[in-house]
Amino acid sequence: MNPKKKKGWKEIPMAGVCWVPSTSYLTGDWKTYRPVWDSEKCTRCVLCHLFCPDGAITWKAQTNEMIFNYDYCKGCGICEAECPVDAISMKLEGEP
Amino acid sequence: MTAIHQKGQKVIALNGDEAVAYAVKQCDVDVVAAYPITPQTIIVEKFSEYVHDGEVDTEFICTESEHSALTCCLTAAAVGARTFTATASAGLALMHEILYVTSGCRAPVVMAVANRALSAPINIHCDHSDSMAERDSGWIQLYAENSQEAYDSIIQAFRIAEHLEILLPTLVGLDGFFLSHTLENVAVLPDETVRNFVKQRQFPLVENHDGKMVPFKLDPENPITIGPLDLQDYYFEHKRQQEEGMQKAPEIIRKIHDEFAERSGRTYGNGLVETYGLDDAELVTVCLGSTAGTVKTVVDQLRAKGVKAGLLRIRAFRPLPVQDIVEALRNAKAIAVMDRSCSFGGYGGPVFHEIRHALYDSNLHPPTVDYIYGLGGRDMPQHMIQRIYQDLEKIRITGKIQHPVQFIGLRE
Repeated sequence: MNPKKKKGWKEIPMAGVCWVPSTSYLTGDWKTYRPVWDSEKCTRCVLCHLFCPDGAITWKAQTNEMIFNYDYCKGCGICEAECPVDAISMKLEGEP
Repeated sequence: MTAIHQKGQKVIALNGDEAVAYAVKQCDVDVVAAYPITPQTIIVEKFSEYVHDGEVDTEFICTESEHSALTCCLTAAAVGARTFTATASAGLALMHEILYVTSGCRAPVVMAVANRALSAPINIHCDHSDSMAERDSGWIQLYAENSQEAYDSIIQAFRIAEHLEILLPTLVGLDGFFLSHTLENVAVLPDETVRNFVKQRQFPLVENHDGKMVPFKLDPENPITIGPLDLQDYYFEHKRQQEEGMQKAPEIIRKIHDEFAERSGRTYGNGLVETYGLDDAELVTVCLGSTAGTVKTVVDQLRAKGVKAGLLRIRAFRPLPVQDIVEALRNAKAIAVMDRSCSFGGYGGPVFHEIRHALYDSNLHPPTVDYIYGLGGRDMPQHMIQRIYQDLEKIRITGKIQHPVQFIGLRE
């Protein structure tokens, strides 16, 4: 069976019951703009982590880096708006 | 009456609303949420007395609107409760959004609708505009002819709605005032008999997000999600599943009706449609609700005069029992459909649409006309029904239809 083939109405649970966890639904492809992080400007205040509505930004202690998970980031731009030191800028998807 | 006593039943004087409340009292209902509206008010008023007097252990929720009342029932049903609500007219219209959510969530809520006209001008009396406007909302719709049937149908409705092959909310319509406020002798079953009949709610197993099969209800021990965002990729499939529940329903409604008949001694046709004098009838009316009682009297009068008159009463309007309708009308030479609501700008009322549509696929196409009657509680006396049969006789003889759709009981 082709794993990409969507299930038919006889195969899925009723009433929209989810048969896969929501994390398997990659919402990152919704975005038009993606956040780009500037390590030099960033003070690691982690406000972006706290404000991200999708939990897509985390701080990695070992490397002292902010990690953006583009599989789930919808490109809303809240992190850019909240960053107090302008360390995040939104870039059009596909542009360097 | 002997049969009633043999089955341990007692006859008490109840109006339609009280009969519904009495049935709900016996059905081991966990949650009732409601908002008062005439002519339904007596149902929840009476039921709140049962709660106050400790006759039931139901959670009774007074809500601020019908929209909230149905939302309470829907969510309680989603966690596994047996739920009931009642409304009418504007109250049902205010529930409109949640009617679809309830059927889409496969929540087997049971609701009584004391059928009443919709404003404006404001009118509290009977017609079917309220529930006919919700015919496409995914609810099973049964219409009662009298208070006895309202009582019997509510009990059956819990079994129908909660049946694992159906799992769809079910509405029982009773004509406002004509039934809701009119005292009638109603035979009620012993509490134990009803309790054994409705049984406990059962739950089918569904695949959850971990690939486990779990009961279809919201439970922190076995979490599932019901009714989330569903876009172009799967929404259509879920709607098709609802239709499958409807497709399976006629056979199950019939079986539950028969099973109830064994305990009560009462039948309503085959549970889906009821025929009266139809075997050799040439002139046939089709209607639903309390009007059928008056039509039966007229059929008896006409039969005494040798007129081959008959009646087809639709008990289940959703799902529509197409095969039973076609079979029942096989020998008809002229048919009059009676609509107690108006589909403004349409070609006749909603019952007319269904009946003529069902007949289209049969090889017989008897002339079929529509009478819109009784809006806002306008009476439908015997002489007007006699006039309908006179019209049918003319149509039978001439084979010609002068007015496919007309109003009856209306002043020019």
